[in-house]
Amino acid sequence: MSNTHRRSKIDLIDGVVELSHGAGGSAMATLISEIFYPAFNNDLLLQQNDQAIFNVDAGRLAFATDSFIVSPLFFPGGNIGSLAVNGTINDIALGGATPLYLSASFILEEGLPLKNLLTIAKTMGTCAHSAGVKIITGDTKVVERGKADGVFITTTGIGVIRNQIVLSANQIAPGDCVILSGEIADHGVAILSKRENLNFETNIISDQAALHELIQLILEVGEDNIRVMRDPTRGGLASALNELAEKSDIGFVINENKIPINHSVAAACEFLGLDPLYVANEGKLIVVVAPAAAADVLGAMRSHSLGRQAEIIGVATEDSRFFVQMVTRIGGRRIIDHLSGELLPRIC
Amino acid sequence: MQYLDEFRYEPLALRLINQIAAETSCHRSYRFMEFCGGHTHALARYGIEDLLPKNIEMIHGPGCPVCVLSAGRIDAAIRLAKQDNIVICAYGDLMRAPGSRGNSLLRARASGADIRMIYSPLDALKIAMDYPDKEIVFFAIGFETTTPPTALAVQIAQRDRIKNFSVFCNHVLTPAAMRHILTESQSLASQRLTIDGIVGPAHVSAVIGCKPYQEIAKNFTKPIVIAGFETLDILQALLMLLRQVNTQRADIENQYDRAVTDQGNYSAIDAMADAFELRESFEWRGIGHLSNSALGLSKKYCTLDSEKRFDMSAVPVLDNPACECGQILRGRKKPQECKLFGNACRPDTPLGACMVSAEGACAAHWAYGRFRDEVRA
Repeated sequence: MSNTHRRSKIDLIDGVVELSHGAGGSAMATLISEIFYPAFNNDLLLQQNDQAIFNVDAGRLAFATDSFIVSPLFFPGGNIGSLAVNGTINDIALGGATPLYLSASFILEEGLPLKNLLTIAKTMGTCAHSAGVKIITGDTKVVERGKADGVFITTTGIGVIRNQIVLSANQIAPGDCVILSGEIADHGVAILSKRENLNFETNIISDQAALHELIQLILEVGEDNIRVMRDPTRGGLASALNELAEKSDIGFVINENKIPINHSVAAACEFLGLDPLYVANEGKLIVVVAPAAAADVLGAMRSHSLGRQAEIIGVATEDSRFFVQMVTRIGGRRIIDHLSGELLPRIC
Repeated sequence: MQYLDEFRYEPLALRLINQIAAETSCHRSYRFMEFCGGHTHALARYGIEDLLPKNIEMIHGPGCPVCVLSAGRIDAAIRLAKQDNIVICAYGDLMRAPGSRGNSLLRARASGADIRMIYSPLDALKIAMDYPDKEIVFFAIGFETTTPPTALAVQIAQRDRIKNFSVFCNHVLTPAAMRHILTESQSLASQRLTIDGIVGPAHVSAVIGCKPYQEIAKNFTKPIVIAGFETLDILQALLMLLRQVNTQRADIENQYDRAVTDQGNYSAIDAMADAFELRESFEWRGIGHLSNSALGLSKKYCTLDSEKRFDMSAVPVLDNPACECGQILRGRKKPQECKLFGNACRPDTPLGACMVSAEGACAAHWAYGRFRDEVRA
């Protein structure tokens, strides 16, 4: 985003992305200066260099990248822009870091309405600003119509770790408590509700959120007792727990009764033939904590708006096969397995 | 949406469990088959089997429509999908079902075939109207539950002269399969493997009613209880079966009376009678050819039959010789007794019918119950 030539304004009402917007010439410069600079607006970006240069505190850094594709681009509770900013903020924060800077790379499909791109960019700017993070460098490419799905965004982020706490799945020990920050499956169901071929009436909105404040709060209260944290995004709670179990060579037993879920979300999953345990979240947190600190951490989480409905949903157990088991509502047991392939609805 | 909680209400479930335990005779065992994949799934998902007395054994029946679809028919659809200008529309869980050599609709789609996942055959009709230059083939599968929607789509296509729409019909019939299973069960020498009663299908029965099972219950002297898919439904149905067995009755009873009537859904039955006719014989994966067990499009709608419009001949595909699905579907073996289970045959690499869909006996045991295997062994 280093081009400084300003040209005539682009049509942000009826205009669409054209191949020239990615050609490196004046059209691209206009796109960047009309859409991205105002939306992301910060001192480092506006230096308009090929790179952003900044100082960081001495100590450990956290560094993460993620690519975002979502259909539809706009959904109840957010859009691809909010996912792209909050998703990478969360990846950095989960390591115990304070997120500082992001980069944002865009693959734009020819024909994307510029007003949609503007909305997405503005959302990214707002999300970054409210999280105290700056989007300081980026890139734009345009592909022919049909070669992308509107817009793909890759964000990369960097953050500093200002404590000595080490978070890692291999620290989990049998007896540790598993805390979940709130209701599951909101994001996935919100997205599905707006898919062209489904489109059902619902008030469900995506839970997408930046979790860094909640995470810092948890670390302040739980300190060394926090073993690891995960955000159960794609693949849902089930996949995140399975991943933790395998990385730490333990099992989990969780209680179905304790897993928070919104009634409408449960109903939607039921009629779509989906298991909410496998449906995506974008603003939820799994915290594995030593039992001694579990109550304090739970209390702290519930004092934060993103953790009001937090629950201790289960415990880590010794299990040579690393199974995630669930005690069902009526007291039976079953496995919560890895998702095999993509999530497909059942027919009857 | 109170329906979810009411029919999973724990205190009532515990009362039913206690009642079942109280009425189970310790002098005998009870082998009940849940016919439907939906029930197999629910039993495992709610953890019901753990809570039943040890001498009540659940046998997982063949009522999973994706599981029993022959690999040859899937191959035929994939072959067609690879042709230009063809769009195959299919229900979600059919997408992963394996044909021969691990081929599936999902894999064919990845290789460029135009295959779309739909929720209703009416979605396929809409695609046909939106793309008049393409041939839209609805890959119709399922028991009587999903048959009326296919009938409706066929009727609309004929009425509105939607020429680029056709149906690859693979609908199968519940009573035929139930008769087959019970006939085989009766012929068994070992009393240990007989079936003492059947948890009858929920959604299928909402369409066809209780009546078609009456002669089955009578002729085979086996109790059948139509049951819903929720925790309380299944527990109550098991208690009803238990009571019938204990009093030597063999009646058809209806636990799921909030949805199922004696006569069924007249409009749905009429639509099916109009759109389909019985096939003489049809191949069920894991079971073999069963006579009068499946439907094809009736003569009235023969121009909408994909099998007449295209070459859809199914080349028989032999199952792995070590595969025990045939025995498992008949209740003679457990999934974990198959050498392939969990080794070569897993949900992401299914070899036999019972592993193909989440509702299959092996897939359900793998996904929900395999943690018990070592303990039992």
